[in-house]
Parts: sequence; C-alpha cells; structure tokens
Amino acid sequence: MIRLERVRLGYDGRLVLRDLDLEIAPGEIFGLVGPNGSGKTTLLRAISGRLSPHAGAIYLDLRRLSELSPQELARELAALEQEISCSFDFTVREIVELGRLPHRARWQRLSAQDHRRVTRALSLTDTLAFADRTIHSLSSGERQRVWLALALAQEPKVLLLDEPTAHLDLRYQFEILGLIRHLAVTEDLTVVLSLHDLNLALRFVDRLALLSEGRVIACGAPETVLVPHTIERAYRVRVRRLEGDWLIPEGVA
Amino acid sequence: MKRWKSVLALGVLSLLLAGAIALGIAVGAVPISPFDADPRHRLILEQIRLPRVLLAALVGGALALCGAVMQGLFRNPLADPYLLGIASGATAGAALTIALHLDIYYWGVVPVGAFLGGVLAVAIVYRVAQTRWARLDNYALILSGVALAALFSAVTSFLLFYAGAAHDARRLIFWILGGLGGAQWFYVVGLLGTLLVVGAALLLFARDLNALALGEEMAAHLGIEPRHLRKVLLFAVTLLTAVAVAVSGTIGFVGLIVPHVLRLIVGPDHRLLLPVSALGGAVLLTLCDAVARTVLAPAELPIGIITALLGAPFFLFLLRRRAQLGATL
Repeated sequence: MIRLERVRLGYDGRLVLRDLDLEIAPGEIFGLVGPNGSGKTTLLRAISGRLSPHAGAIYLDLRRLSELSPQELARELAALEQEISCSFDFTVREIVELGRLPHRARWQRLSAQDHRRVTRALSLTDTLAFADRTIHSLSSGERQRVWLALALAQEPKVLLLDEPTAHLDLRYQFEILGLIRHLAVTEDLTVVLSLHDLNLALRFVDRLALLSEGRVIACGAPETVLVPHTIERAYRVRVRRLEGDWLIPEGVA
Repeated sequence: MKRWKSVLALGVLSLLLAGAIALGIAVGAVPISPFDADPRHRLILEQIRLPRVLLAALVGGALALCGAVMQGLFRNPLADPYLLGIASGATAGAALTIALHLDIYYWGVVPVGAFLGGVLAVAIVYRVAQTRWARLDNYALILSGVALAALFSAVTSFLLFYAGAAHDARRLIFWILGGLGGAQWFYVVGLLGTLLVVGAALLLFARDLNALALGEEMAAHLGIEPRHLRKVLLFAVTLLTAVAVAVSGTIGFVGLIVPHVLRLIVGPDHRLLLPVSALGGAVLLTLCDAVARTVLAPAELPIGIITALLGAPFFLFLLRRRAQLGATL
C-alpha cells in the first residue's frame, strides 16, 4: 500500500505539490490525470523516491520511503520514465538483465535464478523473440515492452509508469495497456500510472485521482471522477459525456 | 556464448599485446633480440628499452580505460580525458610544479600537481555544465572542456615562455608534446600499481555504467545513486589520468579511439568493454611508440604527434558520421 500524507514538494521556488494526500491500495491499477503542469510527473517522482518532500511523508507498506536504501527501494518498486533513451546499443536481454541489479551485490554475477527471472520477464512481455536484437533496431512499441520487461525483472510489488502510452499509435496504446492490466493480475502488482488521454483512463484504471495545481481535486472510480464539472474545474474545458462513456470536448470554458 | 565472447576478446587482445611488446623491444636505434647476450645490449634492454615499452603499454591502457569510463559516465561516445580538460589541467599542474622547481625536493610532487590540475579542470567543467536536479548538460560539458583545454594550455605555454632556463624549458616541452623517452623503472611500477588498483575499482562499477546508459533517472530507479557514482568515477579517472600524464605528458586521442572502436566489436557492456579497452589502448600506444622510435631513427618523433595524426581524422570522421545519422551531442 502507498500512502501520501500532506506532501509538499517543489523546485525552482515553485510549489508543485501542495499538501497532497493520497492512498493507493495493493493490487489496484491507479491512474493519475490532470492538465499539463498539474504535478503528475512530480508525484510519480516523489513516490519513486527520486524527489523527497519538503514537508509531509510518503509510506510504502507502513515504512517511510526515506528509510529505505536505493537498492531496497528498487526491489520493492520499479519505475519507468516517460521517455527512456539508451545511449549505447545494448541488446534487449542485456537491458532486461539490468533489472536484476538491485538483487545482486556489486561483485556477484547473475545466478541461474536471475537468468530465469530475466527470461520470464521477456516472455511475459512477449519480447523473448527479439531478446538478442539491439534496442535501437526496435520500433517504439516494441521498445515500450522491453522497458516493461526491465521493470518486471526487478520483481517489484509496485510499478510506476509515466504516460506509458505517449508516442504510441492507437493499436500499441491498447496493446500496452492490456498488457499492463494482465501483468497486474498475474504478477500481483500495484500499478500507478499517469495518463493524458481521459478516455483511456476511463476505460482502463480501477481508481484514479484528478490533479489540479498540485492538489487532488477528485479521487475514486473513473466514472465518478471524470464527470463534466470536475473536468471543467481542472482543465477549464467543457465536455459532454456520450453514451458508452466517451468524453468529447465541446469548447473552452 | 557470452562467456566465450569475453574469453575470445580478452585472449586475442592479450596475444596482440604480447606481440606488440616483443616488437617494441626488438625495434629501435639499436636492434636487439630479447635473448641477446651482449652485455651492452642487455643494459640498453633492461634500463632503457624494456621500461619504455612497458610504460607505453601502461599509459595507453590507462588512457583508454579512462576514456571508456568517461564515455559511459557522460553517456557520450565522444568523451575522453582530454576532451573534458582533465589532461590539459593535469599537464598545467605538472608544468607548474616543474616551473616552481618543486620537483627537485621530491619527484612525487609532479603527479600530485598533475592530479590537482586535473581535479580543478573537472570541478570547473562540472560546475559549468550542471543544470537543475544535478544533471549534466552534454553540450556545456564538451564546450567547457574545450575552453578549459585552451586555458590550461595557455598556462602551460606561459610557463614554458617564462621558464627561460634551458633545462626547465626542455622538460616542459616534453610534457606538452608527450613522450615516453623519460621512462624509468619507478614510473613503470608507479603507473602499474595505480592502474591495477583503480582498474579493479572501476571494474566493480562497470554494471552501474551499464545502467547509466538508460539515463540518470532510470539508473536511480535501479537502485544506483547517480551523483555518488559520478563522484567516485570522476575521482578514479582523474587520478589515473593524472598519473599517466605525470609520466608521459600529453598523449591525446588514445582514450577516444580505442573504446569507440572496441565498442563496435565487442558491444557496449562495460564489464567487458573496460578490460578490453585497457588492453587495446596498451597495444595501440606500444605500436605508436615503436613507430615514433623508428621512422626518423636515430632521432625520435614525439609520440603525441603520431596519436594526433591518427586520432584527429578519426574524431572528425566520427563527428561526420553522427551528423549524417542526425544525432546530437
């Protein structure tokens, strides 16, 4: 379980998260939505331990995040950045093997068990077929699955994803979100992800929080959060809900 | 299969190194075979040629290893100890200790001066290129390195100009042009010791460099502290570069070419790339030194000229290829 208590966080003299409270239950797929600059990425960075709050506290299973060493944290929690680039042309397998780093001491080689975990992560994400190809030879949809395999190789309890569907076409968006949903069940993961597309969020997550100016202005089941008046409050855009739950924008509020 | 690749690469390069060293011993102003019994030849062999050839191998290994680490650390295949000003800082530091005659009390102040100069260069480059959230801007990094290299060579040139006394001036020129003519056994032992200790430490961090290829944020998500890693590795690289510069002066481009070429052959995994680069650098510089001693024999060409003749066109070629691929620094 992840719990944030009155978290305040900012940089460059600007407050990004303002006394934010949030609770995420184990095993759920939790979405973060909100306009640009509302604090989604900062919130994910805070949960991943990369930014520490100026005030307030973040708990992971009753332990304060700040008490965990980076290695310990990396065994509990895997996080993927919105844009990941690889500066050298590693093979897919070499990259996924990096997911085992938090489980090995500096001088230890990968064990047989590590290799099994890597192969499992590759096959779960359907990337085993191109495990020996290099990362730069893959399409962006294939790469996205490789990053997921890397995260799975960490054997985390929590998976944090910053807009996993950005830059993917419609088919890959559905494919990757379907895969994440499948993995959440089979691998017993808690998934926290930010999404830009409200319609995808509406269909895909168990619960979500709508962020605006560093605060949660609505939290709960997607169909109760993504209603016209909360959306207008956060995005300053009027929307209408169609039958079958699609939201369409009607004009700037 | 992977294990085999490592064994093969390390084996082939070790053989090449043995060959290069044998060649380096054999050629020179006086042709000598390793089994020569003539006592005068044995003296040349033991006191001049052998330390020199070994020093060439060690300097080449140290510089190439440092280059491989810097390329991984800055996620930039064009980084090397010279490009970021470490080596020019080290040269200026070494030159200063000589110009101030500090080295007449104890030879060890020269590497210390080199190290401090290198640290100063890194500190400045680091400070200039640091952006929000303690990240480093690659453009600023390279360009400030270039500016610093110019600044430090100005310092070195000024010292040369100021030195006046023929003896000092000659020793300073040695540092500026780079050379292995001053090889002595205790240089060999000192650099070997540093290379073994620092190299072993660097190997322990090879896996962190692999993770860093995905960016500092991703490396951090894998349990690595990028800031800590950068400090440790920069310290190690500066130390090793400084000792190499202190015994051989300015020898450019080895740290750039060798890791770059070997990455294309053995792949980017730093656990293999680091040791392979060290061996490859040793082979390259041993051969360059053999050329330096023979092309104008009995006169000697400064080795820095040869590495620059090889390296500068290679560097331009790399830049051109990157430009064609549309890659930015």
